[in-house]
Parts: sequence; C-alpha cells; structure tokens
Amino acid sequence: MSELLFEDVTVRYGRTTAVDGVSLAVPAGEIVGLVGESGSGKSTLAKAAVGLAPLTAGRISLDGVPVPTRGRHRPLQMVFQDPYSSLDPRMTIGESVAEAMPPGRSRAARRTEVERLLDLVHLDPASAAALPSRLSGGQRQRVALARALAADPRVVIADEITSALDVSIQGAVLNLVRELRRELGLSILFISHNLAVVRYVASHVAVMHRGRVVEHGPAARVLAEPSHEYTRELLAAIPGRRSRS
Amino acid sequence: MTVSSTVAPPARNGVRTRPWVRFGARRLGRLLVSLWVLVTASFAMIHLIPGDPVRGALGPTAPAELVAARRQALGLNDPIVTQYLHYLKGLFTGDLGTSLSSRLPVADVIAQRLPATLTLAVLAFVASVIVAIPLGVAMGVLTRRGHGRRTELTFTTTSIVVATIPDFLIGVALVYVFGVRLGWLPVAGNDTAAAYVLPVFSLAIGPAAILARIVRVELVGVLQADFVRTARAKRLPARTVYLGHALPNAVTAALTLCGLLLSAMVAGTVLVENVFAWPGLGSTIVQSILNKDYPVVQAIVLVYGIGVLVVNTVVDVVLARLDPRSLIRED
Amino acid sequence: MNRRWSRVVRTPLGLTATVLMAVVLALAVLGPLLWDAGAEAVDTDNIMAQPAGAHLAGTDSLGRDILLRVLVATRLSIGLALLAVVITVVAGLLLGSAPLLVGRRFGRLLSAAVNVAVAFPGLLLALFFAVVFGVGATGAVMAIGLAGAPAFARLTQTLVAGVAARDYVSAARVAGVGRARILFRHVLPNIAEPLVVNATIGAGTALLSFAGLSFLGLGVQSPSYDWGRLLYDGIGVIYVNAAAALAPGAAVLLAGLAFNLFGESVAKALGVSTGPRVVRVGGAEPPVVEDTRATPSDVVLDVRDLEVVVPGQHGPVRPVRGVSFAVRRGEAVGIVGESGSGKSLTALAVTRLVGDDGRVDATRLELLGHDLRAPDTAVRQRLLGTSLAMVFQDPMTSFNPGRRIGGQLAEVATHHQGMRRRAALARAVDRLAAVRIPDAATRARQYPHEFSGGMRQRAMIGMGLMGSPALIVADEPTTALDVTVQQQVLDLLASIRAADDVALMLISHDVAVVGEVCDRVLVMYAGRIVEDLPAADLAGSARHPYTRALIDAVPDMTTDLTEPLATIPGRPVDPADVPPGCAYAARCPLADDRCRALDPELTGDATHRVACWHAGEPLPARHETDELVESP
Repeated sequence: MSELLFEDVTVRYGRTTAVDGVSLAVPAGEIVGLVGESGSGKSTLAKAAVGLAPLTAGRISLDGVPVPTRGRHRPLQMVFQDPYSSLDPRMTIGESVAEAMPPGRSRAARRTEVERLLDLVHLDPASAAALPSRLSGGQRQRVALARALAADPRVVIADEITSALDVSIQGAVLNLVRELRRELGLSILFISHNLAVVRYVASHVAVMHRGRVVEHGPAARVLAEPSHEYTRELLAAIPGRRSRS
Repeated sequence: MTVSSTVAPPARNGVRTRPWVRFGARRLGRLLVSLWVLVTASFAMIHLIPGDPVRGALGPTAPAELVAARRQALGLNDPIVTQYLHYLKGLFTGDLGTSLSSRLPVADVIAQRLPATLTLAVLAFVASVIVAIPLGVAMGVLTRRGHGRRTELTFTTTSIVVATIPDFLIGVALVYVFGVRLGWLPVAGNDTAAAYVLPVFSLAIGPAAILARIVRVELVGVLQADFVRTARAKRLPARTVYLGHALPNAVTAALTLCGLLLSAMVAGTVLVENVFAWPGLGSTIVQSILNKDYPVVQAIVLVYGIGVLVVNTVVDVVLARLDPRSLIRED
Repeated sequence: MNRRWSRVVRTPLGLTATVLMAVVLALAVLGPLLWDAGAEAVDTDNIMAQPAGAHLAGTDSLGRDILLRVLVATRLSIGLALLAVVITVVAGLLLGSAPLLVGRRFGRLLSAAVNVAVAFPGLLLALFFAVVFGVGATGAVMAIGLAGAPAFARLTQTLVAGVAARDYVSAARVAGVGRARILFRHVLPNIAEPLVVNATIGAGTALLSFAGLSFLGLGVQSPSYDWGRLLYDGIGVIYVNAAAALAPGAAVLLAGLAFNLFGESVAKALGVSTGPRVVRVGGAEPPVVEDTRATPSDVVLDVRDLEVVVPGQHGPVRPVRGVSFAVRRGEAVGIVGESGSGKSLTALAVTRLVGDDGRVDATRLELLGHDLRAPDTAVRQRLLGTSLAMVFQDPMTSFNPGRRIGGQLAEVATHHQGMRRRAALARAVDRLAAVRIPDAATRARQYPHEFSGGMRQRAMIGMGLMGSPALIVADEPTTALDVTVQQQVLDLLASIRAADDVALMLISHDVAVVGEVCDRVLVMYAGRIVEDLPAADLAGSARHPYTRALIDAVPDMTTDLTEPLATIPGRPVDPADVPPGCAYAARCPLADDRCRALDPELTGDATHRVACWHAGEPLPARHETDELVESP
C-alpha cells in the first residue's frame, strides 16, 4: 500500500501550460477520481507521473520517494484509453503481459505468473497464446490491466479506461477495478470525464479545469454538495439531471 | 476523445496576418539553411575526392611544375577555410571559377547552357500537368467507391508500367522509332520546334503517369471524406460537390507531388539531354565529370540544387495559400 | 502472415510479377554459368551485324553476340542494384530510427537534416556522390545507395513515429523496457511490411538508376558490362544496329517492371488501400412496393420496412433489417444502440446519404409526403436541402477545411433558395447569430479550423437552419464534445424545436442524452428496433430485456454503490454474422428455444411497441458470484 503525492506539479510545453501547480494525494489503498474536460490537464498530469511528459516543476513521489521515471523498477503503472492501440498486434497476450514483469524470473515462473494475472482479471488463462485481434475491447482492457499489474506496482493510473468501450461492457471493467482495490489493496488514480463512473469507483474526487485543481475531497461530498462553480457546472451538465422541458 | 472546449482564437479579419508572417519566416529560414547546406556540400564535393583534382584534370603526363602552378593559381594550397570563404565570395559576385579544360569562366558556360535545360524542364512540367490532372480526375470519378473496379486495375497497372520505364529508355525507343525508322522528327539538338517534341515527351510521360495515379487516389479518398458527405447532405448538385468541394482538396494534395515531380524532372533532363544531344546543362555535366572538370561540375550541381530548392519553396507557398491549415502546421 | 503473402500470387498482376521476378533472379544466377563463354566470344569477321540466324540481336563492334551479353549482364545489373538497395535500406533505417534512440533534441536535428536531403532528387545526389567516389561500379553503387537513403529514412521516420505514438509503446516505456528493446521488439516488426515493400520498389528504382548512370558512362566501365553499359555502347550504333540498344533496354525495362510490380502487388495484398475484397451488391432496382395506408398529415418522416445492404468480405451484409417508425411534426425521436446496432446507417438511409456501394430498400420512405425512393429530381433535392437538416458526429471533419464557414452556409441558399451571393452570405451571418455564435459577421469569414468543436457543431446546425427545416437528423452530434459543451448544443436544439415546431431525430449510444432530450426512444439491436417507448418510461417501464439491461448497465448519479454494476455478458452482434432467431438471445437471461429459432415481430400499441417473446417478464435476480471468466 502506498501513497502517491503530487506537490505543486507544473507541466509546460513550449508556451502552453498544461498543468499549473497541481497538488494532489492518492492515499494508500484508495481510488481517487480525477475529473475534467478536454484541456483540463488530467491526462498530462498522469503522463508526467509515469515519465511520458516532462515535469517542469514540482515533485511527484511515492511514500516520500520521487517516482522513478527510468530503469527497470517502476512502482507506478498506467492503463490507457484506447483498447485497440494498447496491445502490440504482433505479440501474444502472454508476451505482452510478461514484458512488463521485472527481470530475473525463469521462463516457467513467468508463465505461471502470466496465468495468475490473467485469472485475476477474469480472463481464460489459455488466452495467453492468443493475439490481440481475437479479443474484444473489454477483454483488451483487462489484458492492459493485467500487464500493469505484472510490473508489481504500488499505484496504478487508469486514464479513461472505459471511455472507448460499449456501455454494456464497461460495467465489467469497472467492477474489476473495484475488486482489484479490494483484494490487492492497490491505490488507483482513476481519470475520467464521466462523473457517474467516477462516483461509482472512487472514494475521493479531484476536479481539474484549465490545468488547476479547482476542488477536491470525499466523493460523496464533492458530487452531492460541490463548492466550486465549475464543479456545479459539470454536475448540471450531466444528461438526465435536469427536468425535461 | 473529446474536443477542446476552450475558447477559440479571437476573431479578426478573414486571413490573419500573423500566421503568414510566422510561416514566411519559417520557410525563409529553411530555405536559407538548405541553401547553405547545398553550397557547402558543393564546395566539399571537390575536397572529398581522393587524389589531386588538378592532376586528375591535366592528366598523369603533365609536368609537375604546371600542376603546381595551376594549383597555386586556383588557390588550392590555401587553408581550407580561406578557400571556403573565397568560394562564398565568388558566389555572391557571380564568379563561379574557371573551367579546367576550356579555361573559360564557368559562369559563361552556365549562362550559355542553362536556357536550353530550363525550357525543356518547364515545357515537360506543363505538358505533364495538363495531361495528368484531368486524366486523374476523370479516373477518380469513374473509379469512386462502388464503381469501376476493372477500370481501376487497368489504369493503375498501366500507370505503374509507364512510370517504371525510365525517361532515357523512352528516349532511346523514340529515337529508334522516329529517328532511325520513320525519320519524322529530329532526334538531336534544339534547332526547330519539332525538335522539342520527343525530348519533352520522354521527360514528361513518366511523371504524368505518377501524377495521374496520385490524383485519382486522392480524389477517390476525398470523395469519402466527411465534408463531401456534408456537401451531399446539403443536396448540392453533383457538379458543385465535385468542383467546389472534392476537386480543390484533391488537387491540393497532388500539389505537394508536383513540387517533387518538377525536381525529378530537373534531374531527368540530365539523362534525356544525353539521349537527344540537347545543348543544355545535362550533357555538360556528364562531359565535365568524365573530364574531371570539377569547377564546372560544382557549378552545375549548385544550379540544379538551387532550382530544386526554389521549386519546393514556391510549392509550399502556393500550398499555404490554398490550404489555410498548412500555415499553422509545424513541419 | 503466409496466408496474406499467398494472396499476392492469386491476382493476375501479382502472378505475372512473381513469375517475372523468378525469371530475372534465375537468369542472374544461371546466366554467366551458361553463357559466359558465348558472350565473350570475339568474332572480328562479323562485327555490327544485324539480327539474324545465330545472333538474334546482332553483334557488337567486336563481333560478340549481343543477346548473350544481355543475358549474362543480368547478374551484374541485378547484383549491383541489390547492393545499392542494401546500402539504402541500412543507411535509411539507421537515420530513420535513430531519433528514437538518441532522444528528442538530437533526433529533431537528424529529421531536419533528412528533410533537407530529401528535397534533392536521387539522380542529383547520385551524381554528387559519383563525383566524390569516382567513376566506376564501386562509386556508382555507393552513389546510388546513398542517394536513395534520405527518402528511405524519411519513410522510416514516418512509420516509426506512427508506431511510437501507439499506446503499447508508451506502456512498454512505462514498464521500464529499454529503448533498444522497444525498437527491436515493438517498432521494427510493426513497420517491417511497408519497409520491405518499399525496399522492393527501391530495388527496381536502383536498377533503373544504375542503368541510367552506366548509360551516361559514369557507372560500370569496360571491360565489365551491365545493361546500362550495353545501352551506352548500343546508342552509339543505333543507326547501324538498333537491337544493340533495344535489347539491353528491354532487359532493363522487364527487370525494373518485375521489381516494381512485385512490390506493388505485395503492397496491395498486405495493405489496406482499397479495403477488403468486397462482393458487390448487385441486382436491379427492386419494384417499388406501394404502401397504401394513408399517412396522417402531421407526419414528417414515415419509414416502413427499411433495409440496408452493403458489400462485405464474405458476401452482402444487412446492417439494417426491417426498421419501421414515424416522426411527427415537432416530435423528438431518439434512436439508441451500441456498435453494430445499425442506428447510424438508419439515419443515413432515411436521408438518402448511403454511398453508392450500398442499397436501400423500403416499402415506404416519405419525407413530408414526398416519396424518397423515387429517382432524384431537382424538386426533390430542393426539398431535402431546405426541409431537412443534418448534423454529423465529427465537427472537425464535417466542414470543408479549405473554404470559409460563411460561404459553406451560403451555398444552401444560393442553390436551393435562389438567393444571390450577397443575400445568401447575409443570411448565413444571421443564422450563425441564431445559433449563438458570438461575433457572427467576423466568424463567417473564418475557416473551420479556427472554430472550436462546439462552435463547429453549432455552425452545422446553423447550416441546417438556412432553409426552414421540418426535421433535424442528428447522428451522435455531441459524442465528440465535452459534457458542458454538449449541454449547450442540446439546449440549442431544444430551443430551435420549441421556436419552429421542428422535429428531431437524435441518434446516440448515450441513453441518458436520449432520455433527456427526446419524447420517444427507439432501441435498436442488430439492425432491428427491439423497443419503441416514451422516454419517460425508459427507467421504469421498459419491457425488452435488452433495454432494461442497457438502462441498468449505465451508471448514473444514483447508482447503488454497494452492488456490482450490471453487465451484459457477451458482445454486441457483428452485422456480418447475425444468428437466426432473436439476435439478442445469446446474451439474454430469458432466452429459450423459441427465441433462438424465431425472430419476434415488433408489436404493441401506438405508444409502446416491443419485439420480444418474453416482453415484460421479470428478469432473474443478479448473481452475487464472480463474473463469468471470458475467453477470446
């Protein structure tokens, strides 16, 4: 169990500031939802944490130690949005998952571990020999989760992982996210633009707008009694919340 | 993926000036850098050659004192930086050196031979475009989605075959047919208007085939685009959909290729001129390479290079005028 | 993989090319072994002979048989070309993939250098290198090899950049996989196919370039000879013996064609340029079956038994299989469904926008009483252009990027309403203001890329308002927009409806949106309408198991947090593979044998129709056990 801490993080690309002085904590064993619209900087913040975006200023640390962005040991992993881009089409599922494992295991040990991970995400272990083209979007997202778990992370960042999935399938992935937190004690930063989905999985919520966190707190409080104007605007915009004319 | 909801750029008059200025600056910068690379490369070319260029030009039997004297006269004993600066200065003043074999100023040689090459290249380009674009458009309309699969196959295969035949081979074949066998058209020199026919054809046919093929592919692609669907949804007459919406966008894409083609044509003149004994830079450069007359070679490479760069820049500017998005696109 | 390569040989073009390649390669290997002696045999009594008898292509200035020399020259010509291509590919690969290894700064420098070099045509670069490396075969190989490198590097760069942007590369980086391993394990295998194809075509180009250089006298030198050298010798005597030039010329041509055609066939077989092998939807126009039931006069759109057939990989596919509904004046009808439900095609079909390769059939398809199945007429086009407004999903690509917004709106008025350009533009500005675009007059003179996504959608709606539409058909109009922007666009649609009694047909996968905006909802599954009910009844009184499962599966702000989310096992149906009977049976907890055998009809009263044998029956309680383990 580990706490992920963002301290006054700023990410700048040339003249644009994507993330502006964001401070955020993902407490150990909790799921924190990060909501915002496009341009809010939520994805950029995630990328900065795993080393895919440059950190212009501030600190991102895991239990006080800065998150390593180089080298083989990476306690912070990420699952991406597009299920059709997240798996190498030429590698089997098993190979994709095994690639993320820390080095030093024998072949047999890796194979056993792959099967264990696939089982954890409720996929048939026999699918380790299959190519991604045989899997549906929802199944691919489970593989992506298994791969993230293969690296033995302490925190996982889920970046819009259900946004590209059909409605009837996304529930399974969300249930899985809750289950992983429950059974593994995983801390998760769950990014989404969908407030209802965030409400379902997260215990804490942070709202980002134009690179800044405008509100954060327990999910129940923020989503029921928002104190910031923008949060109120977001909540009001959810379809079905307003009475029909 | 959601589209940004942040405020769009503030409204000002139609084609704003700031993007043009930035674009112009970037393009000019790139042109200058490329020019500098070209000039330096053409300078370095001679100095990369193993052995002594003067000795090579004068031959192995020339007396050593003559070689030494010529070297001194050409400044080849100076430190390389001095030679480079001298070279640059010469370029600005129009002094391109002296031919090692004919002792004439290279600038004169260029001035004498350049017009023939230029007319050949320009005529071939114009002929190519005039034939290829309407043909490509017609093919595009005929082979749009759900139509003309056999036509597409025939056309694509024909254009690949035609494009594969090198221009000099076409030239040789034409020389044989029209010169040796039929004797209808002249096959050497550029004295009469008729003498232009075969060289222009040889040079233009391959690029025309490639261009027609690309225009067809682009048009078929554009016809599938969302904005063409919008135009159809507005129930505009088919003529307007094609001419007002599809064609301009397809041609814009083909335009980038035009620049490439013109550059390739400039190179093609080297071969075609040699087939048809055309009095241009192409025949001169080959002779000069064989004679090891390096100042001439250097100058002609420079002229070709500048031609190519200028063409590319013009294409970029025209493209920017037609497709406003390319103004802001960082390349 | 092998299956796809064998597809190459199956087309006539691919077969020809493969055979040619095989012949050329065989000659290269065997030629000198068989005919070297004959090609070198000097016969001074028989110089410059015309083609005859023993010498099918005549003899050269030393009496040597030209045809044999051409055949023997195959090895050197092909060999040198392949050598040059190897240099091109290696240099190009190194330059192209280096940016991935060396990091951003240096990589950008390399890209810029390559871009500068690419501007120069290959032959010029070849001449440049030929001067440096000297005249002769070695110099020519280096020259042609390096001359082709910038273009290959640029291609590699583009391909590498494409793959490097994929999430699986990002995932590998996040997992700590080293740069080199990413390059070899992920990037190169995924770009290998286009690279190999281009290398093959590059071999053809190298061959032709070599012929060119030798032809100029700058390539292979005597006493060695390749085709280009033979051409060089031949053109000098073309008036005496044309075959001396034509024979090597033909050889160059055939070999070059072999490489290029082979490369192109492979590209076609492996690539995605023209899509899968489609079986054309043929057949004459079916007879127009009249539906003689009278249409009430307030019906704007009347659709009966709509069917859409499109070509597919293994035969015709029916993504829409019998859809019937009507939209009344001022009414908002929503069509909701997941991928494969056919909802978007339904919208395209009723608005006559299905492409040429698809076929639309219906027993009735009327807009404001006009039969849309009849052939196009000017009157019909004007009707559709002014009474029907379309809003599509992707605001970024739905406008012509090269023309100003105002002009694109004005087009509707100049073509359908007889307005002159100035009046049309004025109306366009007025409509832009009506859809709440600030500073409309200036905005009208801007290009689409200067608008934000939400503004573009509003401009689309404004374009539909140029006439006086009786119906707005909106296909996923807000899917690509942020939720706050979505609300603005939906509000706008609502106000337009209220002001002019305009009907709305809203297609979406988002049940919540449809539920909020529409009066009535049509739920589609696998090309059929499975339920037609008032929007107010969605939450409580839906009767089809799919509708209810869909409602349950979508989390909202009141979902019970202590229960797992409802899911629907299995996947949505692939339109190419629709099972007999009810298409939903495979995923339905109530399905029995009758469901799997017979497809239920859409039945019910004027307000609520369902297509289900078990409509309204209570669903079994959800299991508390683990989710089903899924297999691919």
